[in-house]
Amino acid sequence: MATANTAPAPIIEARKLEKFYPQPDGSRIQVISATDLAVYPGQIIALLGPSGCGKSTLLRMLTGLSPASAGMVYWHGQPATNESPNVSIVFQSFALFPWLTVLENVEAPLEARGMPPIERHKRALRIIDAVGLDGFESAYPKELSGGMKQRVGVARALVVEPEVLFMDEPFSALDVLTAETLRGELLELWLGHKIPTRAIFIVTHNIEEAVVLADRIIVLGRNPAHIHADFTVDIPHPRDHKSPHFIELVDSIYRVLTRPEHRDETAPPRTFGPGRPVAAKTLMLPHTRPGGMAGLLEILADQGGRSNLHHLADELSLEVDALLPTVDTAVLLGMLRLEEGDAVITPVGQAFAQADIQARKAIFRKAALASVPLLRQMEQALKAKANRTLPDEFFRDLLDEQFSEEESQRQLETAIQWGRYAEIFDYDAAIGKLTLTET
Amino acid sequence: MNRPLGSRWSWAFLIDIAVFLVVFAAIFGVYAIGRAWLGPVQPQAQISQNPRVLPLYALYSLVRLSVAYALSLGFALAYGYIAASSRRAEIVMVPLLDILQSIPVLSFLPGVMLAMVAIFPYRQLGVELGSILLIFTGQVWNIAFSFYSSLKTIPSELNEAAKIYRFSRWQRFAELDLPFSTIGLVWNSMMSVAGGWFFLMACEMFVLGKRDFRLPGLGSFLQTAASNGDTRAILWGVAAMIAVIVLLDQLLWRPVIVWADKFKFEQVESSSAAQPFLLNLIGRASIAIRVYRLVFRPFFQWLTLSFTLGARRAAETFSAPKQHYVRRAVGYLLAAGILVGLGFAVFHAARELSDLHHADYIELLESAALTFLRVNTALILGALWTVPVGVAIGSSPRFARIAQPLAQMAASIPATALFPVILLFLIRLRGGLEIAAMLLMLLGTQWYILFNVIAGAMALPTDLKEAAHIFRFSSWDRWRHLILPGIFPYLVTGMVTASGGAWNASIVAEYFHFQGRIVSTAGLGSSISSASDSGRFDVLLASTLIMASIVVLINRLLWRRLYRLASSRFKLET
Repeated sequence: MATANTAPAPIIEARKLEKFYPQPDGSRIQVISATDLAVYPGQIIALLGPSGCGKSTLLRMLTGLSPASAGMVYWHGQPATNESPNVSIVFQSFALFPWLTVLENVEAPLEARGMPPIERHKRALRIIDAVGLDGFESAYPKELSGGMKQRVGVARALVVEPEVLFMDEPFSALDVLTAETLRGELLELWLGHKIPTRAIFIVTHNIEEAVVLADRIIVLGRNPAHIHADFTVDIPHPRDHKSPHFIELVDSIYRVLTRPEHRDETAPPRTFGPGRPVAAKTLMLPHTRPGGMAGLLEILADQGGRSNLHHLADELSLEVDALLPTVDTAVLLGMLRLEEGDAVITPVGQAFAQADIQARKAIFRKAALASVPLLRQMEQALKAKANRTLPDEFFRDLLDEQFSEEESQRQLETAIQWGRYAEIFDYDAAIGKLTLTET
Repeated sequence: MNRPLGSRWSWAFLIDIAVFLVVFAAIFGVYAIGRAWLGPVQPQAQISQNPRVLPLYALYSLVRLSVAYALSLGFALAYGYIAASSRRAEIVMVPLLDILQSIPVLSFLPGVMLAMVAIFPYRQLGVELGSILLIFTGQVWNIAFSFYSSLKTIPSELNEAAKIYRFSRWQRFAELDLPFSTIGLVWNSMMSVAGGWFFLMACEMFVLGKRDFRLPGLGSFLQTAASNGDTRAILWGVAAMIAVIVLLDQLLWRPVIVWADKFKFEQVESSSAAQPFLLNLIGRASIAIRVYRLVFRPFFQWLTLSFTLGARRAAETFSAPKQHYVRRAVGYLLAAGILVGLGFAVFHAARELSDLHHADYIELLESAALTFLRVNTALILGALWTVPVGVAIGSSPRFARIAQPLAQMAASIPATALFPVILLFLIRLRGGLEIAAMLLMLLGTQWYILFNVIAGAMALPTDLKEAAHIFRFSSWDRWRHLILPGIFPYLVTGMVTASGGAWNASIVAEYFHFQGRIVSTAGLGSSISSASDSGRFDVLLASTLIMASIVVLINRLLWRRLYRLASSRFKLET
């Protein structure tokens, strides 16, 4: 997988890196499947993927924050075990200490390295100047705007002169314009060799951000996370969003992200007929609300039933992160087809988009019961009970066998949303009971 | 708003003089206290009833409270830190806190006192330390719990930042753990010190079997005045106590609260920052901040640097695995020691308890039922008046501006100090002590409910209030659909604290030395007090166990459920 065309030896190399949670019954919940990954000097690498796919976990394993379940991370060919290598992280939520001033925040990592006060003062001021925070040294983070806060985050990360700078969705908590400015400033520091950092590793769910910044884009797939594609970007800086080369790359990443992956263990869910035992791994529901899908289908129907996903995201000003689960839902329910980066509405989807609210529910119900084994299971379990009622824990226990605790909670919440919308069952949240809807 | 330069100079001068006086007083205080503590034991210390001794007595009490508080803080930080950082310790330490919190102060009395007097048989220090430890047992648990739960709620990205930037343990503690917990610690410290004042009378003067311990202080002054029935002295004592508490509030707590605001964990500056209610407060708050910047922060940074270097050096000299073995061995030894100690204690306690007759237990359970009725009557009465008043204060900013400082002032006066005054009026009535006992519980605990209700009413979203207005809700509908559900989580929080406090207050409310005799009414608190008075350790042990289990049971069965309901159904999410 590693693109070994860049000659020098990698700074970081992950070999067969894995993350899983062993279960009491001996099975394991696999979060990240065995992954090989290398970070070469002189590159900005973007790790791209839908939310909840394990990007951040992978970043934390590479930095040593989170231990790997199996496999090994090498730093300059040496196993990185105890001694944490010289890295920094810029966090999505900034993770500044609100009780420290800007200067104190930037000095804190130097303090941790035992640097004497005068020297660390000098170094901190220099980097504060470099990121454009001059004059804000004695301000507290809460006095700053989001963009200024993330500048502090960047200054704090750079002050230790890290060999690799890790960034965990650094611009996603900022508004569009601020994010754009900060990206520009980061590139300026990097391309102008104003920082001694030798590589940048950025986790993002924003495709354009990845294409603007990165020399290499790694696309992660889900369930469990694995490397789905690896792009090399050779567009010269500054990159023009409107240039054909740029748009072409964005489109092809979209195609990869939405391309169904035919791997052995994941057959598409719709192949299950009634009565056939349900394979555990196929139950994962995308976390969306039926209302969102309805909106997507309506827009698609308005546009003649076919549209490029990239344009669709632009038009809805949605990031892939928000769009993809909705698309997944529509595909899962058979209301949408994907053809090479285009979303195409199916007859069922067309009917759904044009129906009124009651008819929609009927269509949704039929589609959901046909394609979502979990909902079918739930309906059957409720029918089997004389009082047509079951506690939600019953289903959570079932899901717990396949998912982490957090994920099974989310799965159940999504299933309940869908089931309520489809009027399959009713749910009383106060007592946690599901009751079959009488028809 | 610019102050003329001249007045600023005179301010500085006044402050200088004040500082000088404080230092002078402090030196004298240290001297006086040293002489008293290191002096020989005074078996029957005479507690003077002359108002002129009050400043000195106030100083004695204040020092006792301060030492006890300092001990509490240190212990609480250590306890919370260990509980939060070791998963194995956490399993035991957190439920243990719950239980310790429900044990009334006086139940610790015999053990603490006898141990201290045994350690220092010839010095007043023994009795002093005993008293301090008693105050400590009443202050420490909620601070420890607050620190523990703060540590557990530190956002994960902050933890990761500290880790990736290689903070040493100390730096982590000084720059993340402690600042993040500061606000909780400050509020709980205030509550704890208020609790210290509440139980001061019980902690400065007590009888243990045949031995009579008395320590000069505000609490013993009041207690003596009460048992002599000396109205004038009672009033003097109450006045002195109120004066000290008000001074403490204005000079210490208010500035500290303002200072603590900087530790609020928020990314945006809130517009509704707590406005200090005294105008000149800003000046004093800035003193607190200046002291912090000039003294504490450099000191902390110096510590950080030396710890970091120390840790480096240690890492160079020791090989890591060896340290691991040593630490593990020490851990096992410690655990084994604790287990043996526990086994021993349980064995003896069981033998002690088996000596008690069946009838004794029945009597204790009857007393428990009586106290149960009293506590809950007091709670219901408290809720009945505080809910409407609290909602009124919370929903009218103009009313709040007048009423809130008054309520805060009233809340800071310990009910126990007022108790003798109340008794003076009620003792002649039939069932007077019955009423007085409930009144004391009410006085001691209603504030928790009131302040929580105020906070709840203030947090009611304006749009919901507007909706209620637009749809012309009747006032009954408004209460039913908006106010009561909105304040419910806050009300539950207040009631939990109040309930625990009321059970604890029963030990001073149901049994009292007054006008040369003992006035008491049947109840679990009175069983505990009289058992400790007469040195019946078996009864004391049994009644303590019963009270602790009742409090824990009520917490588990009632409050925790209501709490869960409050946080799931009645949470106002934005």
